[in-house]
Amino acid sequence: MSDVDGSRGDYRRWREEVYEPFRRKGGERRQSFATRSGIPIEPLYTADHAAGVEERNGFPGEYPFTRGVYPTMYRGRLWTMRQYAGFGTAEESNRRYRYLLEQGTTGLSVAFDLPTQIGYDSDHPMARGEVGRVGVAIDSLADMEILFEGIPLDRVSTSMTINAPAAILLCMYIAVAEKQGVPAEKLSGTIQNDILKEYAARGTYIFPPEPSMRLVTDTFAYCSRHLPRWNTISISGYHMREAGCTAVQEVAFTLANAIAYVEAALAAGLEVDQFAPRLSFFFNADSEFFEEVAKFRAARRLWAKIMRERFGARDPRSLMLRFHTQTSGAALTAQQPLNNVVRVTLQALAAVLGGTQSLHTNAYDEALALPTEASAGLALRTQQIIAHEAGVTETIDPLGGSYYVEALTDEIERRAQEYLDRIDEMGGAVAAIDRGFIQREIQDAAYRFQQQVESGERIIVGVNAYTAEAEAMPEILKVDPSLERQQAERVRQVRANRDAAAVAQALERLERAARGRDNLLPYILDAVRVYGTLGEICDVLRGVFGEYRPHDEL
Amino acid sequence: MTTRPIRVLIAKPGLDGHDRGAKVVARALRDAGFEVIYTGIRQTAEQIVQAAIDEDVDVVGLSSLSGAHNEFFPEVVRLLREQGAGDVLVIGGGVIPPDDAENLKRQGIAAIFGPGTPTRDIIDFIRREVQAVRT
Repeated sequence: MSDVDGSRGDYRRWREEVYEPFRRKGGERRQSFATRSGIPIEPLYTADHAAGVEERNGFPGEYPFTRGVYPTMYRGRLWTMRQYAGFGTAEESNRRYRYLLEQGTTGLSVAFDLPTQIGYDSDHPMARGEVGRVGVAIDSLADMEILFEGIPLDRVSTSMTINAPAAILLCMYIAVAEKQGVPAEKLSGTIQNDILKEYAARGTYIFPPEPSMRLVTDTFAYCSRHLPRWNTISISGYHMREAGCTAVQEVAFTLANAIAYVEAALAAGLEVDQFAPRLSFFFNADSEFFEEVAKFRAARRLWAKIMRERFGARDPRSLMLRFHTQTSGAALTAQQPLNNVVRVTLQALAAVLGGTQSLHTNAYDEALALPTEASAGLALRTQQIIAHEAGVTETIDPLGGSYYVEALTDEIERRAQEYLDRIDEMGGAVAAIDRGFIQREIQDAAYRFQQQVESGERIIVGVNAYTAEAEAMPEILKVDPSLERQQAERVRQVRANRDAAAVAQALERLERAARGRDNLLPYILDAVRVYGTLGEICDVLRGVFGEYRPHDEL
Repeated sequence: MTTRPIRVLIAKPGLDGHDRGAKVVARALRDAGFEVIYTGIRQTAEQIVQAAIDEDVDVVGLSSLSGAHNEFFPEVVRLLREQGAGDVLVIGGGVIPPDDAENLKRQGIAAIFGPGTPTRDIIDFIRREVQAVRT
């Protein structure tokens, strides 16, 4: 880590006179110690390692927001407990949402199935086998009406994990609200809308980067006028981390993508302070506790600097990195699944001590299947125990000033900045993804981690150590395979019973707009209002924009 | 006597984009001396079988984390047999509940390697099985 001369020299003295002779005699558990990002770890951290940190950090609610984006943080209001859920049909998911709301969840988070995320209706041949599996199937406004039945949209905030067709699902949400009598300006929530990480890691892209970026910036512009309380994007490191990258890379690649969105919006003629306050972020909370806490703090400080120094943002809200966190799915083990309850607790605690604005805790059975109602309930209880019993919410940034956490925060920021410089040299995130740089970095890190686990250098309890022979398997959730047929039938019914001429007209107008330069959201909204389906709208856009073809390499 | 290196196709059927496991396994197999072809994501069963035949592979490794394994894995086995390539070893991995794994084995998938499997278990399994088919 940073070279410490030691203003008082006490650390150096202790290290040479006390620590080294002892170490030489007794040895240590390992030759060298490092975080999973490869940051070397000193045997001890002292004030010498965190010199000047108070100036670098500032205060909560003030630039550069290292210690938190709000002046009161959890003393004012706890984080939003937002459990990602959705499966099967709109009816089943609607029941799960109502259950979660009754249990005290404070925000909804909609999981869509893969055909919805990739713009296929449920009766499309490419949708086969995937309908309703990893989330709810939404083909048209008719499904969306059922999904939110009995849930007042002016009183909940809803996060939707949707990217390539984000504008379409947002328009469906607006249209459902209209039917409930809720005007768009009262809607609060988030669409993920982060297409760049789909090319880099997650895989639910449809169109090539350029028109995809237009859909993103059209959404920024539309929401700045009509949905002032809506988070127009959730710039996500989560999935790149799940794909195997390190904490440092997660910060770097997420902020590189964020820079690309800001630049695209500026190029589209928007003012930075017009859209930047509604940018939000999404990070992973993995198991290495201190590195994770430091990661969130470093990301906040780095983003504030980028927005102020690089983009000249003036509105303080433009400088604040507000983020959602989900505990790591990749860290969950299929072996001894109950151990995952403990992993999730530690990860969630890191997110809270890192100052997250909202949190999803994974259920312990998710390496085996989608969570059951009981396991999802326990995951939520985990957050509630952290919030109300652990005493970690009564003061702001309680780990601030820990020599180790501060040194890690500095080092993560420095290493992430190095990546950002390299990505800038390549021409930015879009170019770096296009040449496979980000993908390669992620894959290399994933492979290194796997090798460390297989060599026993990293212990995963129950997997490569402390294993058990016979294990009791928990009850798991099964998605009924017949629902694919039902859902395909439903979308055919919708197509048969709507005003066909109105749909044809709306799709034609959308096509013309897509060929031109108009903001596409009003055209999409018109099409969803008359029950044009997701697949139909995406087909129109595929016709104009083309489809993305990845180039995979090992 | 020189034997041809073992050829493996790693494939992602369906719409699932989680390819960390597929890529890690592909790389470990390559490092073990196998010739490995990776299809990329979003493949239909037909595309996978075609690639397996075109590339003349000994093994097809299927990965799905979206719950669509019951749909796709047996379909790949069926199509391989239909095309006279029933001797190709088909293995799978992903988020696959134990009951489903048993069912898949009954339908001709030689083994299911779940989360946490050491890659050398997969390598050893392939070596053993391909050896048996070749002799």
